[in-house]
Amino acid sequence: MSVTEPLSAPIELSFDYTRSLGTTLSRFMTGLAEGRLLGAKVSDGRVFVPPVEYDPVTGAAVTEFVPVSDEGTVVSWSWAPAPLPGQPLVTPFAWVFVRLDGADTSILHALDVAGPTEVRTGLRVRARWSGERVGAISDIICFEPASAPGTPVTQTTVEPVEIVTTPVSLTVQHTASQQETTYLLGLEQGKLIGQRCPVCSKVYVPPRGACPVDGVPTVENVELADRGIVTTFCVVNVPFMGQKIKPPYVAAYVLLDGADIAFLHLILECDAADVRMGMKVEAVWRPREEWVPGLQNIDYFRPTGEPDAPYDSFKEHL
Amino acid sequence: MRDVAVVGFAQSPQVRRTQGTTNGVEMLIPIFAEVYEKLGITKSDIGFWCSGSSDYLAGRAFSFISAIDAIGPVPPINESHVEADGAWALYEAWCKIQTGDVDTALIYGFGKSSAGTLPRTMALQLDPYTVAPLLPDSVAIAGLQARIGIDTGTWSEAEMAEVAVRSRRDAESNPYAQVTGSKDAADLLGEPYLADPLRRHDCAPITDGAAVIVLAAGDRARELTERPAWITGIEHRVDSANLGARDLTTSPSTVAAARAAGIDGVEVAELYTPFTHQELLLRRELGLGDDVRITPSGGALAGNPMFAAGLVRIGEAASHIAAGTAGKTLAHVTSGPALQQNLVCVLEGRS
Repeated sequence: MSVTEPLSAPIELSFDYTRSLGTTLSRFMTGLAEGRLLGAKVSDGRVFVPPVEYDPVTGAAVTEFVPVSDEGTVVSWSWAPAPLPGQPLVTPFAWVFVRLDGADTSILHALDVAGPTEVRTGLRVRARWSGERVGAISDIICFEPASAPGTPVTQTTVEPVEIVTTPVSLTVQHTASQQETTYLLGLEQGKLIGQRCPVCSKVYVPPRGACPVDGVPTVENVELADRGIVTTFCVVNVPFMGQKIKPPYVAAYVLLDGADIAFLHLILECDAADVRMGMKVEAVWRPREEWVPGLQNIDYFRPTGEPDAPYDSFKEHL
Repeated sequence: MRDVAVVGFAQSPQVRRTQGTTNGVEMLIPIFAEVYEKLGITKSDIGFWCSGSSDYLAGRAFSFISAIDAIGPVPPINESHVEADGAWALYEAWCKIQTGDVDTALIYGFGKSSAGTLPRTMALQLDPYTVAPLLPDSVAIAGLQARIGIDTGTWSEAEMAEVAVRSRRDAESNPYAQVTGSKDAADLLGEPYLADPLRRHDCAPITDGAAVIVLAAGDRARELTERPAWITGIEHRVDSANLGARDLTTSPSTVAAARAAGIDGVEVAELYTPFTHQELLLRRELGLGDDVRITPSGGALAGNPMFAAGLVRIGEAASHIAAGTAGKTLAHVTSGPALQQNLVCVLEGRS
């Protein structure tokens, strides 16, 4: 069986990176929090904004920090006709390199103008500061033409900023493989579908897309019983955030009858101390109306009470 | 130093979107089979495996592990991975062969760029303190670089359009290419800006794809193929991450890598230039005259499978040696914003 349209769903990933700033960037970010722009001066006299810890060409160390203006000149620009989520402005704007007065390098930021005809290389611009400054590059909302009416920044003094928090997010459309799709749609129907490698005949569940021994796609579907044995297991005694079952309980590798690879599941309805290698178990399914394309349709496995499988019968699956 | 050659190369079709997973298995299995068949080998002939791919495209950690199933890694294999274009995996494999531990290596790169928003994802490679939080996308940064060259007269929008015209025409004879066409420069310059100063033809497409190369040393290379493409120079260098402190009309790291690799006399140069102006920049920086055939595959502008496109450049450059149509070729590979990091690989045939 082959399905034409694989299952697919978006994954939203986000993470707040907290980064130590170190001496140089701490000075720069503290400056931003105070409403000041600072440049890093290296031994040949050039002033880098944003700062470098060492001159990227000569390796010379930074010797001092010097204030630079929050006004400067556009060195280059490119138009952003459809801003992406998270960029500085939601309306179309220009990306600009700005050489601030007193600096020898350019800073990359956004310029708030209505259209590409309002920006040109050489345009004089100034920073538009945020009302709530935290010591991050976003303390400058964007730049604006120096000819526009502006509000001078109110400078303050703050404790040194040593950490910056940067939220990062990605949206990725995850697609299951053909084999995974067959497996997941099978689960939705209460079936466990594995696949057999055409070369070594081993049966993989979940099917993997390729046999890790032979590197060929697995194509033949094999419907498996919802019963098997415990190959190996551990007793969970440690509480953790989000834990749904009260410890101690057993997480085990369950080898379904007819399969050659075990998968991880729970063993419940028995004392954790009674679980053994080779113990025969069967699936306990959630009510049919709760079934989804996923292994969570099986709530857990429980002992069947049959005699244990001998060690030799499963030792190659450990 | 041991003599090491490219002896095999295969690539997947370069397409806007595949139905496969982000782990690349569906794209890799057919091209592994193709390269094995061409060389008459099996996986047991490979001494070392190295791949290039990115979790940022896949949207999950250790995504390259699933791709390893495409090899058939049981019993255990000698394997490594770089979070970079497959060309840097090839560099690692070349070093591995130099150690004398192995005589052969298989290198692969893959990426499913269509799974995310590629220009935005690319912003996450930038300086995490003062640049990445603003999320300047890859097209924005290329536009800033292009503008400087236009303003200074280093290149022009018309010359940029001519690069796209040649790329698309060359790609007509590349069966793997995604973007082909026969429009002339006047047609292209009549199109609206995508992100002023860049038009759509100035930017590489978003591409899913994969590629594989087999390297072999000395006699093993001569056994495997009639005309090995000997790697006579492979070097990579990097420029500052501080974008506003670089002269973006130059590429000192490419020049340094090329000088170290020895590019005099190359007949073909496969350049990894995802934006038209970057080809003009590199030709100028590398001193490639009209006698050097530039990127006859159509290059990244005709198809840009992230994390494989650099490996494709090396494969394409090697294919001219294998076919006997050139005696010395170069492949250039780039990574990072505005040509920040660059690798140059020089390939030669021997009679």
